[in-house]
Amino acid sequence: MKLLKNVFDNLRPNFEEGGKFERYYKAYEAMETFAFVPGHVTHDGAHVRDAIDLKRTMFLVVIATIPALLFGLWNTGHQHFLALGQFMELGDGFMDKFLFGAMKVLPIVIVSYAVGLGIEFGIAVAKNHSVNEGYLVSGMLIPLIMPVEVPLWMVAVATAFAVLIGKEVFGGTGMNILNPALTARAFLFFAYPTKMSGNLVWVSTEGQATVDGYTGETLLAQSINSSTQYIDQAGASYSSVADTIYAAFMGWVPGSIGETSTLAILLGAAILLFTGIGSWRIMLSFLLGGLSMSYIFNMWGANPFMDVNPILQICMGGFMFGMVFMATDPVSAAQTNTGKWIYGFLAGFLGIMIRVFNPAYPEGIMMGILFMNVMAPLIDHYVVEANIKRRLKRATVTA
Amino acid sequence: MSKNVNIRRGANIKLEGAAALQTTTTEMASSYALKPADFLGLVPKMLLKEGAEVKPGTPIFHDKSDDRIKFVSPVSGEIAEIVRGEKRRILEIRIVADKDQQAPSVNTIDLSTGDGVKESLLSNGYWPFIKRRPYDIMAKPDESPKAIFVSCFDSAPLGADLNYLLNDQYAHFQAGLDALAKLTTGKVNLGVRSGNSGFASKSTNVVKNTFSGPHPAGNVGIQIHHVDPINKGDVVWTVDAQAVSMIGRFLTTGIPDFSKTVALAGAGVKEPQYIKTIVGANMSSIISGRIKDGDYRIISGNVLSGDTVAGDGYLGFFPNVVSVIPEGKEQQFMGWLAPNFHKFSLSHAYFSWLMPSKKYNLNTNLNGEDRAYVMSGQYEDVLPMDIYPVHLIKSIMTNDIEKMEALGIYEVAPEDLALCEFACTSKTPVQRLVRQGIDTAIEELG
Repeated sequence: MKLLKNVFDNLRPNFEEGGKFERYYKAYEAMETFAFVPGHVTHDGAHVRDAIDLKRTMFLVVIATIPALLFGLWNTGHQHFLALGQFMELGDGFMDKFLFGAMKVLPIVIVSYAVGLGIEFGIAVAKNHSVNEGYLVSGMLIPLIMPVEVPLWMVAVATAFAVLIGKEVFGGTGMNILNPALTARAFLFFAYPTKMSGNLVWVSTEGQATVDGYTGETLLAQSINSSTQYIDQAGASYSSVADTIYAAFMGWVPGSIGETSTLAILLGAAILLFTGIGSWRIMLSFLLGGLSMSYIFNMWGANPFMDVNPILQICMGGFMFGMVFMATDPVSAAQTNTGKWIYGFLAGFLGIMIRVFNPAYPEGIMMGILFMNVMAPLIDHYVVEANIKRRLKRATVTA
Repeated sequence: MSKNVNIRRGANIKLEGAAALQTTTTEMASSYALKPADFLGLVPKMLLKEGAEVKPGTPIFHDKSDDRIKFVSPVSGEIAEIVRGEKRRILEIRIVADKDQQAPSVNTIDLSTGDGVKESLLSNGYWPFIKRRPYDIMAKPDESPKAIFVSCFDSAPLGADLNYLLNDQYAHFQAGLDALAKLTTGKVNLGVRSGNSGFASKSTNVVKNTFSGPHPAGNVGIQIHHVDPINKGDVVWTVDAQAVSMIGRFLTTGIPDFSKTVALAGAGVKEPQYIKTIVGANMSSIISGRIKDGDYRIISGNVLSGDTVAGDGYLGFFPNVVSVIPEGKEQQFMGWLAPNFHKFSLSHAYFSWLMPSKKYNLNTNLNGEDRAYVMSGQYEDVLPMDIYPVHLIKSIMTNDIEKMEALGIYEVAPEDLALCEFACTSKTPVQRLVRQGIDTAIEELG
């Protein structure tokens, strides 16, 4: 500790005014405050302050993503070997699956962090403002919502787009309208649709021969044809809808890296809710919104996708991941408590609606959340206007 | 109509070093000071020069915009120095106290009319105790408030126990209330702690509203909001409870006497207790020999909205408490990652919420760095008002006066949003912004 402190103390003069690297002070500051919570004291206003800061807040979100990440590593390997007809049982070849997944996924994580943080530091130095901690979370979320077969250069391009156009043009962390991680995904989805959808991107087969019956289809893609018959990567049928729900809940199905396991995501949700960092209002209303739309479709029942069991509907695809990690982003969500209910409900509702109605691509959660990101300021506006009206009315009543 | 209000949103911050219920009378301080900055909106105009002899109640300066509002010496002595800052702004008027205090002249007071009371308070330096909402500034003598509010308990961390402080001041307190009642067309409202009305239980000629719940339930601004909210055009006056009893004492005896009792509290105090002193006393008379060795911050007022003063600085005009807490200039290795059982947070990101009865020794560390707003809902959780605090603050940041007015600038004082500032993840200087918004509103809206 003392040693590290001395290192910083020795380096600091180079970055302070008049030093050799004066213009890189903000980058230095980011490193130093990362290692040591600074000894800044209050100057005016409240003399004591809450122990919470943005570093801890963001770090706790990163911790909450770890169950989904770890599961994603294993599942990437599991799906790979399943497609090749090896280690067919869940318990088989744990280390092989895990290591295969790590080899596939960790490069994506590294690229995402390197590109994103590089841009953040560069802009902080250029504009001489402090490096914001927001990207610590975005940098983890971007890999988790990518298909495993996405090329690394695309991750880099998408990350750069998300940070620059999604965030920095609006003024940086706290000012963005859209969720940066979803912006990255949406960018790839529209720019390179063949790499973001279809049956070839979810499972890494590395060109090796697959088992008979292998399609690479996700449960979502299968739902277009039937709401009761599902098969896994090895071509084996699930015995019942309940069995399918179980697989989708546990997460050993193909999908984006971190989105498949409802269980792992719920572990993350527990951390976010326990620490109060994720809004329970948004999560709950999002869930209700998704379930309501699913039930409405059930009653309508015009095609197999509408008949999908609501529980399966919310366990499949990106619904849970969107609910816990994307919709709850405090910057791009609604900020008033009433607004959060409306925002969350509509995001879940629209997410399922787009998923079922969109003929090109059977997933709509990303679109639902991004659309509500855009609408969130409008919702807040009307909530605040209602407050203003209520307060004005109070005047005429008492007068 | 009295009301019972249950405040749900807010927070009690439990700090070490609450004052024990015993009072020590200090020796006379060697010097006293009046600080014009204590009175928001005041531009002082000096009546006396350096070297002038004063007695308790001798006017030293008046308000430039209203020469009836006099500011008087709390003790007998000599004006030693007028300390000026930038642009010759007066910072302090220091008075060296006589060893043997001269008796003040006794005033005859006409208590029968509101004008008589007003005149006595104005010319004897008691008027500045009365504040006005909107804006939490000094009351204007020509205005007629729709009500007067007095909060009878202090819910702030380490706040003074007013039941103890004013227990034997009942007669003076009542006299003060009776006099204030003559200054309003409406009622005098007392805000009392539910189930523990204490010294205020016998008060008559008033409306008593009871409040339960956490801080800021004791803030008069919160109480007004729940009892009789301020709308555009309304004027309400507020007076601190101890000031009411000081006013009552003056009106009963006719003698200007600015002695008061303050709590000396906080983790930096050896034996936290109550101290009998005089308004504007040199801080050394209060703290010397009573605080621990080390780097401590001395605050005239409470830890959420008081003013930092030097060890040889002066007690302010209003506070009932002097808080002494450690400075927090230490860096902490990976502090944002450590479990930090000794730190307190309203969020659940630390463990303090699992130990609700633990008392904390909080220092002045900012615990983070300035950031843009990221988290939402934190302010709303600690502001028990029908106001959207973040939107109000943002309207102040963008200088949008219409929005400020619509979102409630008339109803708030910086102290009411002090907990928002405490809770803020992004360390936004909320109280400074509220004050800035109020200054803008005074300029633009009047």
